[in-house]
Amino acid sequence: MIHSLFLINYTGDIFLEKHWKSVINRSVCDYFFEAKEKALEPENVPPILQTPHHYLINIYRGKLFFLAVIQTEVPPLFVIEFLHKVADTLQDYFGDCSEGVIKDNLVTVYEILEEMLDNGFPLATESNVLQEMIRPPTILRSVVNTLTGGSNVGDTLPTGQLSNIPWRRAGVKYTNNEAYFDVIEEIDAILDKSGSTVFAEIQGVIEACVRLTGMPDLTLSFMNPRLLDDVSFHPCVRFKRWESERVLSFIPPDGNFTLMTYHVSSQNLVAIPVYVKQNISFMETGSCGRLDITIGPKQTMGKTVEGLLVTIHMPKAVLSANLTATQGNYTYDLATKVLVWDVGKLNPQKLPNLRGSLSVQSGAPKPEENPSLNIDMKIQQLAISGLKVNRLDMYGEKYKPFKGVKYLTRAGKFQVRT
Amino acid sequence: MTAMQKLLQLPVSAVNMVKTVQSQVQGHEEDKSPVLTPDGGQQTWYSALRPDELRHLRSGSSSAGGGGGGGCGGDGGRDQEERAPLEEGGGGNGSSQSQPLRHDDLKEMLDSNKDSLKLEAMKRIVAMIARGKNASDLFPAVVKNVACKNIEVKKLVYVYLVRYAEEQQDLALLSISTFQRGLKDPNQLIRASALRVLSSIRVTIIVPIMMLAIKEAASDMSPYVRKTAAHAIPKLYSLDPDQKDQLIEVIEKLLADKTTLVAGSVVMAFEEVCPERIDLIHKNYRKLCNLLIDVEEWGQVVIINMLTRYARTQFLNPNINESLLEEGGSGDKTFYGSDGNDDDDEDEEDKEKKAEAAALAKRKPYVMDPDHRLLLRNTKPLLQSRNAAVVMAVAQLYFHLAPKAEVGVIAKALVRLLRSHSEVQYVVLQNVATMTIKRRGMFEPYLKSFYIRSTDPTQIKILKLEVLTNLANETNISTILREFQTYIKSVDKDFVAATIQAIGRCATNIGEVRDTCLNGLVQLLSNRDELVVAESVVVIKKLLQMQPEKHSDIIKHMAKLTDNIQVPMARASILWLIGEYCEHVPKIAPDVLRKMAKSFTNEEDIVKLQILNLAAKLYLTNSKQTKLLTQYVLNLAKYDQNYDIRDRARFIRQLIVPTEKSGALSKYAKKLFLALKPAPVLESPFKDRDHFQLGSLSHLLNAKAGGYQELPDWPEAAPDPSVRNVEVPEWTKCSSREKRKEKKVEKPFYSDSEGESGPTESADSESYSSSGSDSASASAESGSGSQSEESEDASDSEEEEEEEDKKKVWKKEFKKLAQGSESEQSSESDERKRARKSKQQKSESESETDGDEESDSESSQSESDDSESEVDVKNKKAVQSKAPSKPVIKETKKEKKEMSLLDLDDFEPAPSPQVTPVNSFLSSSLVTDLEGLSLSDSVLSPAAISPSGTQKCYELLHRISGEGLSVEYCFSRQPFGPDANMVAVQMHFANSAATDAKNLHMEDVKLQSGMRVTDFPEIELLPAGETTTAVMGIDFCDSTQAANFQLCTHSRKFFVSIQPPVGELMKPVFMTENEFKKEQGQLMGMNEITEKLTLDVKCRNEHAIVQRVSAAANLSRVPCGSDKECRFAGRTVSGGSLVLVTVATEEDGSARLTLNCEKMVIGTMLVKDVLLALTQ
Repeated sequence: MIHSLFLINYTGDIFLEKHWKSVINRSVCDYFFEAKEKALEPENVPPILQTPHHYLINIYRGKLFFLAVIQTEVPPLFVIEFLHKVADTLQDYFGDCSEGVIKDNLVTVYEILEEMLDNGFPLATESNVLQEMIRPPTILRSVVNTLTGGSNVGDTLPTGQLSNIPWRRAGVKYTNNEAYFDVIEEIDAILDKSGSTVFAEIQGVIEACVRLTGMPDLTLSFMNPRLLDDVSFHPCVRFKRWESERVLSFIPPDGNFTLMTYHVSSQNLVAIPVYVKQNISFMETGSCGRLDITIGPKQTMGKTVEGLLVTIHMPKAVLSANLTATQGNYTYDLATKVLVWDVGKLNPQKLPNLRGSLSVQSGAPKPEENPSLNIDMKIQQLAISGLKVNRLDMYGEKYKPFKGVKYLTRAGKFQVRT
Repeated sequence: MTAMQKLLQLPVSAVNMVKTVQSQVQGHEEDKSPVLTPDGGQQTWYSALRPDELRHLRSGSSSAGGGGGGGCGGDGGRDQEERAPLEEGGGGNGSSQSQPLRHDDLKEMLDSNKDSLKLEAMKRIVAMIARGKNASDLFPAVVKNVACKNIEVKKLVYVYLVRYAEEQQDLALLSISTFQRGLKDPNQLIRASALRVLSSIRVTIIVPIMMLAIKEAASDMSPYVRKTAAHAIPKLYSLDPDQKDQLIEVIEKLLADKTTLVAGSVVMAFEEVCPERIDLIHKNYRKLCNLLIDVEEWGQVVIINMLTRYARTQFLNPNINESLLEEGGSGDKTFYGSDGNDDDDEDEEDKEKKAEAAALAKRKPYVMDPDHRLLLRNTKPLLQSRNAAVVMAVAQLYFHLAPKAEVGVIAKALVRLLRSHSEVQYVVLQNVATMTIKRRGMFEPYLKSFYIRSTDPTQIKILKLEVLTNLANETNISTILREFQTYIKSVDKDFVAATIQAIGRCATNIGEVRDTCLNGLVQLLSNRDELVVAESVVVIKKLLQMQPEKHSDIIKHMAKLTDNIQVPMARASILWLIGEYCEHVPKIAPDVLRKMAKSFTNEEDIVKLQILNLAAKLYLTNSKQTKLLTQYVLNLAKYDQNYDIRDRARFIRQLIVPTEKSGALSKYAKKLFLALKPAPVLESPFKDRDHFQLGSLSHLLNAKAGGYQELPDWPEAAPDPSVRNVEVPEWTKCSSREKRKEKKVEKPFYSDSEGESGPTESADSESYSSSGSDSASASAESGSGSQSEESEDASDSEEEEEEEDKKKVWKKEFKKLAQGSESEQSSESDERKRARKSKQQKSESESETDGDEESDSESSQSESDDSESEVDVKNKKAVQSKAPSKPVIKETKKEKKEMSLLDLDDFEPAPSPQVTPVNSFLSSSLVTDLEGLSLSDSVLSPAAISPSGTQKCYELLHRISGEGLSVEYCFSRQPFGPDANMVAVQMHFANSAATDAKNLHMEDVKLQSGMRVTDFPEIELLPAGETTTAVMGIDFCDSTQAANFQLCTHSRKFFVSIQPPVGELMKPVFMTENEFKKEQGQLMGMNEITEKLTLDVKCRNEHAIVQRVSAAANLSRVPCGSDKECRFAGRTVSGGSLVLVTVATEEDGSARLTLNCEKMVIGTMLVKDVLLALTQ
């Protein structure tokens, strides 16, 4: 399976290598560098490369490439999912998955990698189990360890490894027992020039943060589970129970986790919270163009739209932008040709507007395509699909937990074609 | 030398070896040090240091060496820094001398007594390894710490050891004894990590030790250690492939492991070591299927992929009838379209019998092996996994194994994956692209999910485009083309080029839009971007080739473009077009040639070739105008630098210009040049990729990757399914093995075999799937005894095979016997004759089937199934034959019990009165009489009962696993007296063991919340050979959750479970047409489900519909004015929610099924069942 792993930064330095079988020389990465050169953008590097003796599978996360070397047939998604799992785990441990953090914790990272794979086959990938084997570094612990000579490595097998609920660690104790659920919905949409919807759907995810003592068995039910069309669960959710009763019944992992993701059935019309009036044009002659964008609320269910951000990838020929924004401020990055307008809160009384002129490289032909607008926003305390959590029950433990549910709607891949 | 001796001796010899190595190293140094004298002053420095080094190599006792190293750090350090690159290149002796200096401080720390210092040193060393720096020279210093008490140090030492052991094999041997000690540690984590490291040390000399350790660990108490053992297998195999046979033994043993923890890892080992040994899977197949959902994600992927391959070798192609059906067009297609029923295994079993019976017939109807079904059923929930690899694995399994109608379920899950990381999208889209070629319909509803965003990476865009193109058909082409129009304006030119190609493909595939596409492409010819124009030209060329005569103006337009377009491929395309269709543009063509002749020398090679082509074609059609031009071009080409062009020119000249020599050939010049060329077929690059297993690396690369296992073709005939039978759950065997043996001795061979052979494989194979939990729980209990039983297991199966061979002989014999006994009973033989007659008349009523069952169980099972369906058509005839036979049935029943000559019950699939057709009030009351139950408040109208001709019996406990006690249950559809909210479940006990069964009762009921059970009254005694029935009530809470409980006799307990089909969760209610309409009006909207269907040929009359719906669900008929509509009503048993079903039929056999029920889940499940009942 996975033979070796190389971590490579944006500029192409290999700063970590780990081999699970015999050692493979890092020169194998040259094929990858070649492809990276060719691809221009890091996103365009083919995830799977074939070299004479090896196959290279890479993912790009947080300006880092995780490059796995394999020698024999293996499902590519298996490797890709695993690499993402590595990145997730590092994120979990250190709060960030960047070159600097990894370099600072090189040994811990190495130990984690050692536990995650054995002979190239995943061994322990559940964060809860790993954290029992190799404890995440905290300042307090490192102080205690230097004083007492203790170590960051567990010396008994985490119980999770053996039980049939490997995701939960044993002997969890909290003084404040709390369970929070965030229902987050993202609107993916493509709007065309006239503002009508080409394609729109709602993808939701329930992120949970559960800090409960002992072995609680939770049941989460919805007011309107019929809305959910396609779901995927954390392994802790009992699928049978969902099939028959449409409730989520589970013994949660300790800490933060993604309980489920869902897709709202496509029969329901998707409410689009904002509308965009835009006019971007380039003159046929003379090197300039005009830009005029206005954003207004559409179907917001009475909530305010916050964090509004418009990103435009301008054509290469656009040299600079001379614009005025009635609200928020804008930046234009000359190198990447990206115009970002940070609007902030949407005020329905006074609609934000951005207008002005664009100067185009003289002599260059008029750009054929108007750039599309990517919109970011969020709406607090609203699940745009109307999904509502009905109740959360706990069995198996005596105490009363503190429960909370939060809703959030935000734009996913929300694009306006112009 | 035995393995044990080796084990004991090796460490000693290893230590010796190390000693010699050390002395060699030192000796070496002394020899070599004069070589370094050119450094002058350095020499003294070296000799001063040497004693310290020796100390390092010994078990470090003094720490004085550090001072020495540190003292001369300034000077020496720089010197050695300079030498470093040399050492790495040269290796060998140089490094052994100077490198120790480099990490002197580290060595110092490693030698200290403080764990914290050691830890610090190890951390630095591991950091060096992580960065890819060489730290091999520290090996001796590090390896000493392998026995360190501090667990973190130890772990880091392990990391180091695994990394460098291969380079320093001899020194690595030092550590082996530590691991051997570790393997016996009481802490399972230490045992496991010792095995992990031991097996990771790639030193050939310790192969025997590894082998021994793996074998031992494979039977370790801790599943975690066993898992580690499974991981170690491929490691050892890659180190020494000669161990394969021994390793396979270990794999075989671990495959039998019952824990989910081990399953994934051992299958992985199986895949790496012996993927060809598919026979090892047979016995574990069902277990793997049942465990699958609880295995961790990574294991699931591996197991599913392996099972896909396995299934391809063991089962028949479920889509084999597709072609046959098209040919025959007959209506009796065997089904397995889609069934959500989890309980029709028995049904399937029947079908299987049917298949055997029908083998004589010309066409063999397809029947799905229940094991095949089991696999599909157990993998389906995994589509909901959060892990994309698992979803993909299930998707490919369905794509490769499922019947066509069922493959659709994977589409939604795959579309969901498109939300994931772009790498995941990339892989999924590749697979979707392949799938869309074969099964377009599957993804059509999700068309919009493949729309492209400007922010997608180019490679994703192109794959999405591919999928969109594959999905295009007459109905959606206009939307797709509109999308394409936006894409053409993109800034991403590669993507635009791909879009133009895609338009071209849509145009070739869908004739109706060809002109639209062509016009659009022609417009693109005036695009400012040359790449776009060039790509359009190429595509237009391909399109024009299909119908050139219509489009001469386009050709003219393109001819003009030669002035502007510079992209060689496009120029070549235009020239080819003009040459090919020069008769459509007779005026322009020579002019183009003239221009080209002018610029000939500056053209690219492909353009030059096309100029020659054009010239030749024009010469042949229009030699008057172009003769000179052609000759000019040919002359230019004659002196071209490129030999291809020179060759071509020479060839063309000989061919077209008639000379004396080449007379014969030039006659055919026209034929050669102006032959009709077939239009190119624009194909997807993903065509035919599906011969690679989807989701595999090989599929993605479209090339066979190393270690790829071909996906085998379906077998022509299914291999023996009985190989997967695990005859007796081990725990039963364990306790009663001796008893069984006794029995075998006592009983005469025949009677024993008769008792077992017939039903053994049929019934056994059906039992496991309905009681999946049963076998799982059984396996949990089995514990350690499993190993010793394997040998017996094997011998048993052999016996079984033997039995099977002889089965036919026995069957014949048995038939004779049975008939003989019948002749004594005159009344029965009368009945039989009558039945035979009726058979000859082909009025296969159920009564006849019942009679037939006694003679031959196999055929009877199949025929009973036959009759189920055929009875509808031949209802009237059946009524005639039924009348006389009914009373006789009663007699037979009674007689059977008296007849102890042969245990006929064994051969009857359902030895209860319930299987007998209860088509009238008379018999239904008889049933209740037999049960000794009072029909308390019979609100059942005759309409409610009469159509339900047969009741399916489900197996609760098979005779073999129940040690002679077999239990079946059926839903009697009677109200359960004590509690109206419960479903009555009738259980039939049959004791075929030699001893009496006492105190039959149930215990330890495990239920989902809300469910309740009323136990059946304890049966105090069930004598050997007797049967009895009992009724229990279960409140299923209107869900199809299984009720699990233990069935206990005085000596044994059996885990069993009852799972209701959704149709049994309701009771009929009687209502009038008006009431029905009123209720229906209140259950609209979300509560209404409507499905369109085509009725099965045999099911196009009212009777048949009523019969089938009633068989599928316990509903009563509601009177209705129109004969085009059948209405049924019922209420769920525990919730009392109304269930209203309407079937409205049309003339042509199509129908609309409407179901109103406030319980959505019940509604959807029931719709599925009713649909199934009506369409098949």
